[in-house]
Amino acid sequence: MLNTDKGVNKSNFNATGIKCLKYIPGIYSMIVSMDLELKDRPGQLVQALKPLSTFGANIMSVLHHHDQRTPRGAIPVQVVFQLTNGKLNDIIAELEEGGVRIVCVGKKLMYEEVTVILIGHIVHSDMGDTIDQIDSTGFAEVVSLSISMPAINEPSSASLVINAVDMAQLGKALDILRRVALEKDLLVIEPIEKDQLSVKT
Amino acid sequence: MKTIRLSIIGFGAVGQGIANALLQKQEYLESAGLNLKVVAISDSHGACIDLDGVDLEAAIERKKESGSIATSGVMSLEVIRDVDHELVVEVTPTNIDNGEPGLTYMLEAFRHGRHVVTSNKGPLALKYSQLCDEAKKNAVHFRYEATVGGAMPILNLAQDALAGNKIIAIEGILNGTCNYILSRMTEEGLSYQHVLGEAQELGYAETDPTYDVEGIDAACKLVILANSIFGMDVTYNNVEVTGITRITPEALTLAGDEGMVIKLIGEVKDGENGEIMVSPKLVPEQHPLAVGGTLNVALLKTDMAGPVCVTGKGAGSMETASAILSDIIAICKNSH
Repeated sequence: MLNTDKGVNKSNFNATGIKCLKYIPGIYSMIVSMDLELKDRPGQLVQALKPLSTFGANIMSVLHHHDQRTPRGAIPVQVVFQLTNGKLNDIIAELEEGGVRIVCVGKKLMYEEVTVILIGHIVHSDMGDTIDQIDSTGFAEVVSLSISMPAINEPSSASLVINAVDMAQLGKALDILRRVALEKDLLVIEPIEKDQLSVKT
Repeated sequence: MKTIRLSIIGFGAVGQGIANALLQKQEYLESAGLNLKVVAISDSHGACIDLDGVDLEAAIERKKESGSIATSGVMSLEVIRDVDHELVVEVTPTNIDNGEPGLTYMLEAFRHGRHVVTSNKGPLALKYSQLCDEAKKNAVHFRYEATVGGAMPILNLAQDALAGNKIIAIEGILNGTCNYILSRMTEEGLSYQHVLGEAQELGYAETDPTYDVEGIDAACKLVILANSIFGMDVTYNNVEVTGITRITPEALTLAGDEGMVIKLIGEVKDGENGEIMVSPKLVPEQHPLAVGGTLNVALLKTDMAGPVCVTGKGAGSMETASAILSDIIAICKNSH
């Protein structure tokens, strides 16, 4: 709550979460872990991994438990891979078609995130356009916005959370924001670079 | 006992701080085998000269009572040229437009074969390479720890204590006034204008605060770091500077919601397109750079030692005198 010069008590307009983090195929990279069951026959592992390479997955780890048997007499295999194109359903379909039994699938979205503060006439310089310029890149998006407007004609302040596929793309998104902010006379306050002394709170 | 004859050029808060430090540290200096004899002190009105050693207590008293140190009309430049001594302590006020009168004083001291210790940022931010060249040409020492971060050792830390390391980047809070204003705004939710007024009343900010709040002072210190530690050849005009005048209490609250504070951070990075900029940045509340009050802080990123962080008082008469005294002692130890 902020008191304006005119003595009017105006509450902060808080628009946190007007956009929620949503999964857009091709925007985020994800880490997928899969538990599979293979028949004890030569060539089965290759057959199980082939759909992964077909759909561009980056295999990070394969655990082939030769010495174990499932109650059905199959060999349990765990694979972990990174996927940046959202083709998980295609991989699952192809595996099942090839007769590979999928026991379970776990996935975790991976993305880089940055919080920045903007100060200036944020709303009157078309906030929608500022956000659109980042969202329209296809590799980054504004996922949260909180804005505080103390009084008419006074500069507003906003905190903006931007997500992107990786650090490089996040850097590009920040470049766009810096350029837009310069055009609209907004002050951008960015975080210091992460280092070994940064403590996660 | 090694005797070094000094002149103190400029007798404001810093000059008087040095006189006080020399009085207080007499025993310590004697035990270190040093006799630091002040043979002349000058201010803008004139000088007092005594080749047997100026009575420092009387000098401080006279300055307080009459507003000047002068017992003769001999001016600073004549002291530097004509009084026989080894080391000039140049502590005149900083001037960022042309570096004068400090620039001329320092150059003249070098030409007369005298070492220089200074706290004066202006000449270094404008004519660093010229000053270093002149000192080198005349085979004298030139030290300026007090120009950056007051009592906080940073130049000597990078060059002596961390010798052998490659310094990759330095970032930090190099202006206590800005830090005070931002810290108070964060704690009390007060406006920039209000806290600035408060800082002026407390003597933390000048009547014309431009030099501090627009980031100029921090930029000058960054230039000195860039030139002396990274071997760059930059001046104040090469620094991209954004001050703190546009920061709102609401922005600080929003930052706080994310577990961050806003600080005026100066940063300089080594490399071909070595960045050098001063701007408000978001700093995690738990990060060592998130110091409050009027404190200064610097984080040095090094190749062997990793990150090394120092924090301390960036201003104040005795604090600045501490940095100057350490430079004087270093010169005494390294000169013959």
